[in-house]
Amino acid sequence: MKNETVALGPNQVVGAPVPRPQRSASVQTYIPEIAKGLGITMKHFFQNTKEMAFGQRNDPVLEGIEDGINCISYPEQKRPYPARFRGVHRLTQREDGAPRCVACLCCSTACPAQCIHIEAGEYPEGDPRRGYERFPKRFVIDELRCIFCGFCVEACPVDAIRMDTGVHAAPYDSREQFIFEKDILMGFPGRDGSRLTGNSRHEPGEGGHPGVDRDKH
Amino acid sequence: MEPLDQELDEAELEMPTEPMLLNVGPAHPAMHGTVRCVMELSGEIIEHVDVQVGYLHRGFEKMCERGTWTQVFPYVDRCNYVSPMLNNVAFALACEKMLGVTVPERCQWYRIILGELARMSDHLTCDGAMAMELGAFTPFLWMIKAREMIWDLLEEETGARLTHSFGRVGGMASPPTDNLKDNARAVTQHILSVVDEVEKLLLGNRIFLDRLEGIGVISQADAISLGWTGPCLRATGVAYDVRKASPYLKYGELDFEVPVGTTGDCFDRFMVRLAEMRQSARIIEQACQRMADKGPVNIDDPRIILPPKEEVYNTIEGTIQHFKIVMEGLKLPAGEVYAYTEGGNGELGFYLVSDGSGTPYRVRIRPPCFLITAGLERIITGAMMADVVPSFGSLNMIGGECDR
Repeated sequence: MKNETVALGPNQVVGAPVPRPQRSASVQTYIPEIAKGLGITMKHFFQNTKEMAFGQRNDPVLEGIEDGINCISYPEQKRPYPARFRGVHRLTQREDGAPRCVACLCCSTACPAQCIHIEAGEYPEGDPRRGYERFPKRFVIDELRCIFCGFCVEACPVDAIRMDTGVHAAPYDSREQFIFEKDILMGFPGRDGSRLTGNSRHEPGEGGHPGVDRDKH
Repeated sequence: MEPLDQELDEAELEMPTEPMLLNVGPAHPAMHGTVRCVMELSGEIIEHVDVQVGYLHRGFEKMCERGTWTQVFPYVDRCNYVSPMLNNVAFALACEKMLGVTVPERCQWYRIILGELARMSDHLTCDGAMAMELGAFTPFLWMIKAREMIWDLLEEETGARLTHSFGRVGGMASPPTDNLKDNARAVTQHILSVVDEVEKLLLGNRIFLDRLEGIGVISQADAISLGWTGPCLRATGVAYDVRKASPYLKYGELDFEVPVGTTGDCFDRFMVRLAEMRQSARIIEQACQRMADKGPVNIDDPRIILPPKEEVYNTIEGTIQHFKIVMEGLKLPAGEVYAYTEGGNGELGFYLVSDGSGTPYRVRIRPPCFLITAGLERIITGAMMADVVPSFGSLNMIGGECDR
């Protein structure tokens, strides 16, 4: 029983038929083909054992794509995550150690899993930032609810939240330990070891910034 | 008193002949996704089968109505979780069709490369798992190792192995990395060698051939009336491929073939997938050649795409635009649209209804798996119990997509 190949659509697409099984004598009698198949697997087997025996094991990072054994003996050996890897969040800091976050709630709005909780607060009287921006009194991320989509990083208008720690979500014993508060989030350094923000926006009062003292001009 | 043997002659010899009911699934190793088959067996022959889906139903379509259009991307990642990038691209294309915009050329090539890699990963998983279920474990391991390379590449591009959330309406989340082309070429080369080796290992194996050839046959008419698309339909000889029939992105300019089967049995479905991987490799090579190394990836429209970060930090216009998109959501014009692409398993369509607010009014997905799984009953009724495994394996039912 063979179906006709039909041409379809305005473009009259004609398919390229795939081959049917070739039942030659050697296939029908099992043995020769079994030997051939075993030959292929044995080729791999001996190649792999040779590599193991002579210590020629591939480097799983640099030669991960090569033939042979590319096992990573986790946790003794770890594969570095690529530059874009989205790991555990961190909150960046300013020069004086204050959080860069201005509690604008963009990240918690953009979050599809609704795992970010922010309570905004005013800087105290006399602080130059008072009246200019707010700060997060509480900044909580539930790492169990988080789906690591990276939308919060994209939504942040001041480069305050990042996912470039290069750390994947660690396993803990209890649910409470997955609730990351502000101090934990600010404690993570980035991949380069820095906790500083990359945001070039000026602090209030500095020359060139269009902020609080705009009315004076 | 009557003799004993007379009673034996008159009495009917009673055999328990009512059919045996057998549950396979929802958590059976041979059932890829969570699907349950209640089979009525007469001996080893399946008299009647009731295929029950829905064990992985998560309310995808309803959930989408909660957030913004952008927030749908993480959900579509989790529909077909073997080729999430194809879903990302399909949904982005549907939204762009509604907006009436086209992404820059570089982005189109980028989407093609990532999408074809995802298609390869889909086919590698299906063919590998199918071979494993028939007892051939080695090809499975080789193919999964090859798939791992695709996922490493996608991780390098997108930041996550599986749940990329990488598509955006009007572009991609980030531009291609510098070594995308080298990586894609190296990975496809390796996958082609794996495909060749798997072919050598399996196609001379009579046990494998006997278990696939002539099993799970479906006619062209049945396949079309069930709404089958993708490799399963093409295995019956119908050369329907959305990439050819109604080209989207840059597929119309590419040179590739549509592999079709001749009988519509499990063997054809297996071979069509293998052949499609070779075609995907051709597409990736052509796309790598034609994709520019420099140039915009996202469309230049501040109403759709978030402004560059430097502008957000330093200019009030950028900040306002950023806040408008994040807080209100991207506004799609009121109306409805159906956009369809070739997913890993067939025609993957999105039917979107927008009321003009930033939130989807209705998101309906046309999952190819759902319609294909509907045909499972037809292809295994009357077959032997052992034929269920290759038949179901060759359909490549993906729970997340089928049950939504």
